[in-house]
Amino acid sequence: MADSFDVVVIGGGPGGYNAAIRAGQLGLTSACIDKRGAFGGTCLNVGCIPSKALLHASHLYDEARTEFAKLGIKATVELDLPGMMAHKTKVVGELTRGVEFLLKKNKSEAIVGEGHIDAPGQVSVKLKDGSTRSITARNIVIASGSDIMTVPGVTVDEESIVSSTGALSLRQVPKRLLVVGGGYIGLELGSVWRRLGSEVTVVEFLDRITPGLDGEIGKNFQRILTRQGVKFQLSTKVVGVEKTSSGLSVTLEPAQGGAQTKLETDIVLVSIGRKAYTESLGLISVGVKLDGRGRVITDAHYKSSVPGIWAIGDVREGAMLAHKAEDEAVACIENIAGKSGHVNYDAIPAVVYTAPEVASVGKTEEELKAAGVAYKVGKFPFTANARAKTIAATDGFAKIIADAKTDRVLGAHILGANAGEMIAECALAIEFGAASEDIARTSHPHPTLSEAIRQASMGVEGWTMQM
Amino acid sequence: MSIEIKVPAMGESVTEATVARWFKKEGEAVKRDEPILELETDKVTVEVPAPADGAIESISVQAGSTVQVGTILGQIAEGKSGTVSTTPASSPQAAASKPAAPAPRPAPQAVAQPLTPSGAAPVMPSVRRIAEETGINPASVPGSGRDGRVLKGDMLGALEARSTVVKPAPVTLPSGPRANASREERVTMSRLRKTIALRLKESQNIAAQLTTFNEVDMSGVMKLRSEYKDSFEKKHGVRLGFMGFFVKACIAALKEIPNVNAEIEGDDIVYKNYYDIGIAVSTEKGLVVPVVRDADKLSLAGIEAAITDYGTRARDGKLKLEELQGGTFSITNGGVFGSLMSTPILNAPQSGILGMHKIQPRPMAIDGKVEIRPMMYLALSYDHRLVDGREAVTFLVRVKENIEDPERLLLDV
Repeated sequence: MADSFDVVVIGGGPGGYNAAIRAGQLGLTSACIDKRGAFGGTCLNVGCIPSKALLHASHLYDEARTEFAKLGIKATVELDLPGMMAHKTKVVGELTRGVEFLLKKNKSEAIVGEGHIDAPGQVSVKLKDGSTRSITARNIVIASGSDIMTVPGVTVDEESIVSSTGALSLRQVPKRLLVVGGGYIGLELGSVWRRLGSEVTVVEFLDRITPGLDGEIGKNFQRILTRQGVKFQLSTKVVGVEKTSSGLSVTLEPAQGGAQTKLETDIVLVSIGRKAYTESLGLISVGVKLDGRGRVITDAHYKSSVPGIWAIGDVREGAMLAHKAEDEAVACIENIAGKSGHVNYDAIPAVVYTAPEVASVGKTEEELKAAGVAYKVGKFPFTANARAKTIAATDGFAKIIADAKTDRVLGAHILGANAGEMIAECALAIEFGAASEDIARTSHPHPTLSEAIRQASMGVEGWTMQM
Repeated sequence: MSIEIKVPAMGESVTEATVARWFKKEGEAVKRDEPILELETDKVTVEVPAPADGAIESISVQAGSTVQVGTILGQIAEGKSGTVSTTPASSPQAAASKPAAPAPRPAPQAVAQPLTPSGAAPVMPSVRRIAEETGINPASVPGSGRDGRVLKGDMLGALEARSTVVKPAPVTLPSGPRANASREERVTMSRLRKTIALRLKESQNIAAQLTTFNEVDMSGVMKLRSEYKDSFEKKHGVRLGFMGFFVKACIAALKEIPNVNAEIEGDDIVYKNYYDIGIAVSTEKGLVVPVVRDADKLSLAGIEAAITDYGTRARDGKLKLEELQGGTFSITNGGVFGSLMSTPILNAPQSGILGMHKIQPRPMAIDGKVEIRPMMYLALSYDHRLVDGREAVTFLVRVKENIEDPERLLLDV
């Protein structure tokens, strides 16, 4: 096996493995180092993929119990949690092997072990058997991803106090689940366990859930989740968790300070965010500069401060999203290959896979207000959408924001069933500089949920037709 | 037996054409070598003859479509008797002398071609609407989108720019924006017009063009002409015009200033040791520039004969492609329409073009006295990348001298 490569990628997640694939496609020799043993990173092993498996299964279980009767179906359903977990494990296994196959197909060597940058162009890998393999690389791509962030005073044991990783593998349905952090991970996993029977309380430090999402969407989203039975305590912080004979006692305090209160629960899920993972990579000693939040500083071409060392994905600035890492991987490798790669950060969608889903791309109303951009908004509720009626999924609405002068689509926000699938259309519109009128004049099949996007686009210029 | 009607090879560098019109309908009888349809290319119209006797069995490409060399246009059933055409207009001669009527146009498709097969980028729906409502051609609007794509905002900007330019003075009657589409006529550009547009703009984009002027006293040539007009015509069968003198005068000047007869090709300058002079001819369909080959080796009568022949055939649309290709220098005469002064655009990749103008009697100071002389302004547009100002001015002075004293041409001084 060669020990010298054009590109060595540290990290086998969506950023890393896609970088290795693209390198192979462009005729560069490459290796992809990952310490987990199963490629695919957080996303595939303990993130996007297993959570979606559980979200889907728990959604069907919930529908069967609460919605089937409304559609004229009588059913008794029974939860088989080990069976559900087995489905999840099977999916993850198949997909991680799929990544290994893709690496092989693109002639990238998959190396299981802990990568360390000894010097520019020099990487050592601590292999599983304890030996060390030295590799030289013309280019090193740091794609080490991110790790969970913890709350001071709360120690994650992955048993009763869990991170997202532990919350994906609980052995029984907790009676009570307290979620620390009202971001998308907490809300998705909170939704899984609520559907399976837990009483879920979400504690959020800010005065709103899903910060970063469009405010109007966020408010309506919270209302729907509340109706589903999730409790929210906003502007509240968790200062400590104690184990008691009957479970856990969580100490809460208003975000602005004040009287503490206690809340009893069985499981605490800490999901306050993630931080760039740069430990034990040797970055400091080779002179790779990090920012105040421990992220690798790069230029627009993903070059770090050290020539020949690049960084992509969660380990650098920007949204911690698998597809953002993937986009950067492609752009970074193309830059390495002497081509011109770039990522349009205004056209990267984000999805919360709850029911209903939340999906957005581009700017929120709040961002445009802050930037002083004049805009117009078009909205369309799913209650007025024929397909939504037929599938009894009328929660939510589609919202298109366009420039007041040029009509160019600046943002799209969808709260509703299948929002995650539908947002791709809006991303394409933004990527190609489409006007709301362009979406409005594009044929959408009837009856589909996607018609709501068209009707909302019509609404920007005041010609919504079906409401 | 069926025989295919194919787009014939049309000369170098011509690979595609537009079907202008069919002279024959399906079922109509045709004779071998009889023209059955007309193709428009970038340069000329070409008639496609029937490959065999028989009847038109099918027409697979309608007028207005773009076709490549070798494309099958239709089928002829060989030997079959068909109907006889009753429309006299299908004779190509009659059609050519008819005033250029706008071709039947597929009206709303003028701008909207969302699925153009020829690789032209489809416009976005909003852009298409604005184009149709306002007549603004998206191709003329600089696009700010991906790969230069024209966005709605670009069209709105162009519309705004237009309305600020032609904004009328405030009127007392309240009047909203008026839709102009119904008061306009939209016609697809002919291939010739498109080519002219493209070539002229290309020429301006590439060459560093500027124009130098002079004036010429035509009395010498006019005297010569009136003296020998009749005997010249009797002997050579062609009228003695001014153009022949100018061609001769230019060739003498080109020999002295070879840069004006050269062209830039990449990093090289190509000097032409031959003198192929393009003579701009205005036709109803647009401007064409047939080329008088090796004009330096032709007599005055030979030049005049060639020009007369080109002029007649250009107006009848009968010029051949190869007659329009090449050329080392061009002459255009705006004087026939009354122009006193103009700045011609170079016929790329040539480096010079002479502009002739109207002969106008003007008072001139001759030996300290005012005399009325028939004067013509001359313009030389040239590519300053290759031709220096001194050379351009010298060239034009030499042309002036040669016209004022035609004897110089005879004596080669």
